[in-house]
Amino acid sequence: MEKILEFLFMYRHEIFIVILAGFLGIEVIAHVPSVLHTPLMSGANAVSGVIIIGGIILLGHADMSRFSAELIIGIIAVFFATLNVAGGFVVTDRMLEMFRKKKNRHIKNS
Amino acid sequence: MKMIQSGFSISASILDLSYLIAAIFFVIGLKMLSRPESARAGNLWAAAGMGLAMLTTLVLHKDPHGNPIPLQNAMLVLSVIATGTVIGWIMARKIQMTAMPQMVSFYNATGGAASGLVALMEYWNPDNSSILVTLLGISVGNIAFSGSIVAYGKLDGKIRDWTSPVMKYINLFMLVLTVVLTVILMLPGIDGPTGKVLVFVLFFLSLVYGVLFVMPIGGADMPVVISLLNSLTGVAAAMAGFIYNNQAMILGGILVGAAGTILTILMCRAMNRSLLNVIVGAFGAGQTSTQEGITGVMREISLSEAAMILNYSQKVVIIPGYGMAAAQAQYACNELDKLLTEQGVDIRYAIHPVAGRMPGHMNVLLAEAHVPYEKLVEMDQINPDMANVDTAVVIGANDVVNPAALNEPGSPIFGMPIIHAHEAKNIIVIKRGMGKGYAAIENHLFYNDKTRMLFGNAKEVLQKLVGEIKSI
Repeated sequence: MEKILEFLFMYRHEIFIVILAGFLGIEVIAHVPSVLHTPLMSGANAVSGVIIIGGIILLGHADMSRFSAELIIGIIAVFFATLNVAGGFVVTDRMLEMFRKKKNRHIKNS
Repeated sequence: MKMIQSGFSISASILDLSYLIAAIFFVIGLKMLSRPESARAGNLWAAAGMGLAMLTTLVLHKDPHGNPIPLQNAMLVLSVIATGTVIGWIMARKIQMTAMPQMVSFYNATGGAASGLVALMEYWNPDNSSILVTLLGISVGNIAFSGSIVAYGKLDGKIRDWTSPVMKYINLFMLVLTVVLTVILMLPGIDGPTGKVLVFVLFFLSLVYGVLFVMPIGGADMPVVISLLNSLTGVAAAMAGFIYNNQAMILGGILVGAAGTILTILMCRAMNRSLLNVIVGAFGAGQTSTQEGITGVMREISLSEAAMILNYSQKVVIIPGYGMAAAQAQYACNELDKLLTEQGVDIRYAIHPVAGRMPGHMNVLLAEAHVPYEKLVEMDQINPDMANVDTAVVIGANDVVNPAALNEPGSPIFGMPIIHAHEAKNIIVIKRGMGKGYAAIENHLFYNDKTRMLFGNAKEVLQKLVGEIKSI
């Protein structure tokens, strides 16, 4: 019990963020038209690559004088997270590019 | 790794400020992504937020002892990021639009793997005092990773669905085992050598659980799983954010987690099933089919007759399904659309929320073929008007137009909202063969008196149809 309260106290600010961010996420997404479900999911997927910051911290402070586990795992983690971020945003942009092009043409036609 | 709270410094302050800005950019980006006009800019906002947070972390981050990131490490980080960016960029540019669901799954897997690995390393960090979030980061990240890899394999046709009646008990057992192991690892005194072994057990156990969890789910349930895995990756990133007390990571991760959860619920609602039902009960498994045998025959139609029907229709609704995606028929479909529109036919597309293999899959494919998105109508909007439609053209869709969902309580899909294709005056079904849909249920629509079947590859059939209409 004490452990739980200690945890809650230690992370009171973060728990605040989690709860508010949860509501925010629901609110932001709730009324999205189904035409945008795929790009939205893909964009959100890219945002979840925010773990790259953790990777940068891990690799950034890793001991480089030897082949430490931190160094190797850090490289893999940063590489994977970069794929998630870069690939995710580019794929989303590609999908949305199609929506836009077509819209312009449509306006010209009508 | 709690930072020393009182230690104010200009660089720490700028770093925190940049995380705040990044978090605001994420929120604005996602908000803009939910409207067609601003969606593309929204994606760039989110990307800009990510870039900012990455840059300031690299330059300004200090470990709990106040040491900045050494130049040598910074160069290494930059070169890894550069390599990853180039590879990620090329992959994203080269992939075909029909393979988009796999691609998103793959990127989701890499994000999950990164979270699991970062959390695993931080378990050994003596400055890290937050065991629970570390363990959750490891398990959730790994489940998201291996689950997404299996989803990727399935979407790419490399892995087949694999179900067995005992599967759900095994999965339940695995889940309980993961939870128990997490609790054990949190007990005082387990952080020694035993803990170091057990944390590896947790690491691999969650990898195996991820595989087993996605393995039996397939077919029509794929959009739900992908959306769920997406949300798990967000949660894993947020857990890692707790380890570093990093607000940008926590906010970004939870934002994605919440958004993914909502999307998952929307998908489930579109199939009239609970999330638990999707995860635990593989489709139709163990259910005794109470379907009555179908009386009647499928009526085939020739291309020229189909062309005539379409040409003399005033209102046509096209209902695409995964079959259209599989046959890459979206361009041919747009050809047909343009031709008929020139003849004065009013064409719309009825999009079922779970048509295809990921949420909104059909919208992206049709957008790729330059179909104006104003023509894409959601199920709820089109259904009241279906009775006024002259011809409904079903292209590679099956379960989403099966009337059994409305009037056969014994059917596994009973209660799932469908597009009311059967109410149209004429129905043309373009289908590869006589086979059943993913849910393996007979479709009464195909035996309807108003229905005419056009068998063949959707792309070829549509191309020939275009030729026929031109020659009228």
